Amino acid sequence: MGITGRDIFLIAPELALAALAAAVVLLDLAPAFRRNERLGQAAAIGGLIVPVAFGAALWVDVHANGAQYGFNGALVVDKFALYVKFLVAAAAGLTLLASGGYARRFRPYQAEFAGLLLFSASGLMLLAAAADLITIYVALELATLPVVAMAAFAKTRAESLEAGVKYLLLSAASSAFLLYGFAFLYGASGTMQVVAPEGGGPTIAQALAQSGGGAPFGGFAVMAAAILAVAGFGFKLSIVPFHMWTPDVYEGAPTPVGAFLATASKAAAFAVVLRVFMEAFGGASADWGGLFAALAAVTMTLGNLVAIAQRNVKRLLGYSAVAHAGYLLIGVAAASQGGALGASSVLFYLGAYAAMTLAAFFAAMTLAERVGGERIEDLAGAGRRFPFPALVLAVALIGLTGIPPTAGFMGKLFLFNAAVNAGLVWLAVVGAVNSAVSAYYYVGVIRTMHLRDAPDVPPSPDADAAPRTPLAAKTALGVTALAVVALGFWPGGLLAAARAAAESLLR
Amino acid sequence: MLPEAAAWLIIGLPLLAGLICIGALRPWRRGLWPLAGYVGVAGTAGAFALSLAAVNGAMGQGDAGYEPHRWFAVGGRDGFAMTVGVLLDPLSAIMAAVVSGVSAVVQVFSLGYMKKESDAENGAWSDYPRYFAYMSLFTAAMLGLVLAYNLIQLFVFWELVGLFSYLLIGFWHHRPAAAAAAKKAFIVTRIGDFGFLLGILYLFLHRGEFAALGLNPFEIPAILEAAPMLGAGVATWAALGLFAGAAGKSAQFPLHTWLPDAMEGPTPVSSLIHAATMVAAGVFLVARLFGLFEQSAAAMDTVALIGGFTAVFAAAMGLAANDIKRVLAFSTVSQLGYMFLALGVGAPGVAMFHLFNHAFFKCLLFLSAGSVHHSVHTFDMRYMGGVRKWMPATYLAALVGGLSLAGIFPLSGFWSKDEILGAAWGGESAAAPVVFWLALAAAFMTAFYVFRLILMTFHGEFRGGVDAVPYEERIPDEAHHHVHRRESPLVMTLPMILLAVFAIGSGFAANSLVALGPIPAHWFSHFLHEDAPDFSIGVAGASTAVALAGAALAALAYGTRTISFDRFGAPWRFGGRLLAQRFYLDALYEDLIVRRVLHRGLFLASDWFDRRIVDGVADLAGWFGRNGGRAAAQLQTGQVQVYGAAVSMGAAVILIFYLLQR
Repeated sequence: MGITGRDIFLIAPELALAALAAAVVLLDLAPAFRRNERLGQAAAIGGLIVPVAFGAALWVDVHANGAQYGFNGALVVDKFALYVKFLVAAAAGLTLLASGGYARRFRPYQAEFAGLLLFSASGLMLLAAAADLITIYVALELATLPVVAMAAFAKTRAESLEAGVKYLLLSAASSAFLLYGFAFLYGASGTMQVVAPEGGGPTIAQALAQSGGGAPFGGFAVMAAAILAVAGFGFKLSIVPFHMWTPDVYEGAPTPVGAFLATASKAAAFAVVLRVFMEAFGGASADWGGLFAALAAVTMTLGNLVAIAQRNVKRLLGYSAVAHAGYLLIGVAAASQGGALGASSVLFYLGAYAAMTLAAFFAAMTLAERVGGERIEDLAGAGRRFPFPALVLAVALIGLTGIPPTAGFMGKLFLFNAAVNAGLVWLAVVGAVNSAVSAYYYVGVIRTMHLRDAPDVPPSPDADAAPRTPLAAKTALGVTALAVVALGFWPGGLLAAARAAAESLLR
Repeated sequence: MLPEAAAWLIIGLPLLAGLICIGALRPWRRGLWPLAGYVGVAGTAGAFALSLAAVNGAMGQGDAGYEPHRWFAVGGRDGFAMTVGVLLDPLSAIMAAVVSGVSAVVQVFSLGYMKKESDAENGAWSDYPRYFAYMSLFTAAMLGLVLAYNLIQLFVFWELVGLFSYLLIGFWHHRPAAAAAAKKAFIVTRIGDFGFLLGILYLFLHRGEFAALGLNPFEIPAILEAAPMLGAGVATWAALGLFAGAAGKSAQFPLHTWLPDAMEGPTPVSSLIHAATMVAAGVFLVARLFGLFEQSAAAMDTVALIGGFTAVFAAAMGLAANDIKRVLAFSTVSQLGYMFLALGVGAPGVAMFHLFNHAFFKCLLFLSAGSVHHSVHTFDMRYMGGVRKWMPATYLAALVGGLSLAGIFPLSGFWSKDEILGAAWGGESAAAPVVFWLALAAAFMTAFYVFRLILMTFHGEFRGGVDAVPYEERIPDEAHHHVHRRESPLVMTLPMILLAVFAIGSGFAANSLVALGPIPAHWFSHFLHEDAPDFSIGVAGASTAVALAGAALAALAYGTRTISFDRFGAPWRFGGRLLAQRFYLDALYEDLIVRRVLHRGLFLASDWFDRRIVDGVADLAGWFGRNGGRAAAQLQTGQVQVYGAAVSMGAAVILIFYLLQR
């Protein structure tokens, strides 16, 4: 059972992305690319068309023939995996588009930065398509290790190095939890397959169904496996109490890293959680449903409350990411009740959240460069001085608050609707109250930008000397802000895709 | 038949013109500002041409039959779909033609009128592009209302015309009276709109009945189709809710108080929005959903009685007003009452015919008032007189408009007013006999105040114009104006002449008793698929006699001055005060309801509740949020070993929880 051409086709998006990453790093050696770093940026973004095209071809194939398995059942390509792959590609592409100006400070290593980001993206794509526990682990490490290097990329800044080290240590710790959990799971079931093709051997869920129940989750080993997996994945998802690295890394690491972690990385992590829990732990859904509901309530409440006290924009966005992990967990908890509603609401919100968070990070990045500081009070008067990025940030924050007509409103509507349909009315109420609380700090930033005057002290000289915002970054700002509004008016297309993706998880 | 894209363009062209004025011309160089007028006229004229094509296309057939477009759907596959579309049938085609036609004429008039006003105001043209932008956008919104396919769409445009009405009444926002009038108009009509919305929601509550018939409860054709199956109770409440909105917009008692104050806007605005088009939207709404109203005798009688009462009540207030625009405003309220009266006795075609004629002659009268103001710079008739000597064209225009309004044969007002009286006379409902006599009484008063207006303004000795107004009574902006004894420029008189032709001819030409060359007999009624109204020589004679009596009384009192009302002493003075104070209704609303009940009672109580209870709870939550957040932030030490410990402890706590659970 060797590797066939079909296998290569099924993994083509990841392969193409990895090849692109290598190519971007190698091309940087050419003199033309040395002279004009925009060429490298253009190659990285333009090259994304190849994995996306492969993804589209796979979507057509999967649409016609159903889920495809490759590499002897290690890989599953279904609409769920492809939806997440597109999301990762979009987030990576937009991050590259927006960070061209920012990456100039890494000169002459900006191509390596782009390459690392693309390598990590290929790992995230693979994660969404992983069908057994080993592939999940390998993909997770492939996605994580480049981020460690990216977080520490501004190596002259202590905070950046600190962020890199923290991310490395805690991801190693969480990997240990995850592997420990996987070991229990393998011990209890005797198989690695989360999902498997027809006649491809038993899956974990089928094997567990043979053995009798008893304790919660149907056995102590399975219970330990589930809880250790929650702890391990919880690191990636930034859920309380596994979230503590999040604000430190978002604040300390270069801003594009925060944007990438909050969107692409979070999307793939939620995807793998949905797949592992809905498939492998499918028999114990009542137990993990309750666990995720409790974690959702704790995570969004703590994230929002601590966010109120923040003074730094990036740190605020870090806690906002924690709070939003809580909202997303509402959908995961709802998914435990069966049906596609919970998972599709999570997938839709991941798309909406990516648009809002990318817009917020890009605008914060642009404004920080302009006003020369990352504190919220540095933004005073920015609405008048830098109307475009300030407008984008306002749109993004309104979306994150969940005010119509934005993507955030629609996304929360679907999440809460899924919760109510799953009988989790209390959780929907907690979510709604939390949204109201979050308005306090989101609107506070908008108020500072648009209603407060700029401080009397003359802006620092390097703020004026800051290079003009490149057109590419402005495009990224415009595209993401437009997406936030457009998804508020026309959620139909993305919702239909999310529903199709979620339905492929049910079998 | 008009292609559907062209039907959308009827709305789109004025919208585009408005956006050009406000988006492209206004922020740019001043040199481009004068272009705004031409852009506005062009957009509206384009809409008018398309509307005429639509009227032509609608002739001899019903609905143009455009399918509505799906906007969004709620509740999955078998849920509920919201649609948008154009409903182009004879009713909306003729209304669109009236709206765009009158709007085009008024905008031409404004080319002259606003130029002068803008020059005098600031020595610049700064208000000029803003004015034409609002006028064009208003026209687009009004046409959107007229052509709306479903009630939600109609409601959106209904509120948009309200918005532009607000902006245009308060056009000179630095005048406190204008700002206050704009606010009053907005708030009073909003009370009616609340009823409108309730009516829509009430229909939506009954979506089950609609769904059983495979219909959508928001689509106007669907409502008309389902109306007979709904039952009288449902029809009554839905119709009364919609009528509340119509009464607010069309200034019917008791929501009429905003319209006289709305005269603070520029005069062409009064003529277009507050006489010819927007205020007629209520009449149009009832005519549009007439099939629903018809199902409920109670709703029909309510419409008829409110209309009839308002016709008399407003005409009475017009008897004593001294401000020429206010007289015309009361007259508008009264004439709209006539239209509702006609609707209420079951004659929507007649109501639309009066709307059609009224649009021309009332617009004409307002433009004449504006033209006079252009010369004497006051609207107070006590300081006018003899103006016809130097404004012959304006005088003739006002005379034609006035005779038409008074219902003198053979001008247009005569024909439609006669049809209304005939419909009331022949009506079979309980309210019909009552409203017939109300309408006849109003006809008398109408003739009186019209001739009083013409005599006080154009005849007799000139009483000094703005120069004679005591300085403290002048509007601040006009304090430095002086009387110019000259006729208005051609750009202003030409539109008036055009409207005068319609005011003379639209009555017998559009709905004549016999065929006139190419125009068949009763063209207008048949166009709307209504039966031709009966012509009764008795009713026509009575109305003419009553109108002539009113005119004669006015002539004796204000022309020859052979009688003086002052001889009646105290009762006369009391009556005059009652009318001048508008039956104390404004005072009642403002002092008793707004100031005492709402402000001192409800609002103060709410304020206390809000401060003590709501804010208290919110403060507590906020305190908890700030301090709770701070406490949690304390844990965030930055020490990576603490973070690792948190991960381990978290996993351990969850594990222990489940271990204890068994």
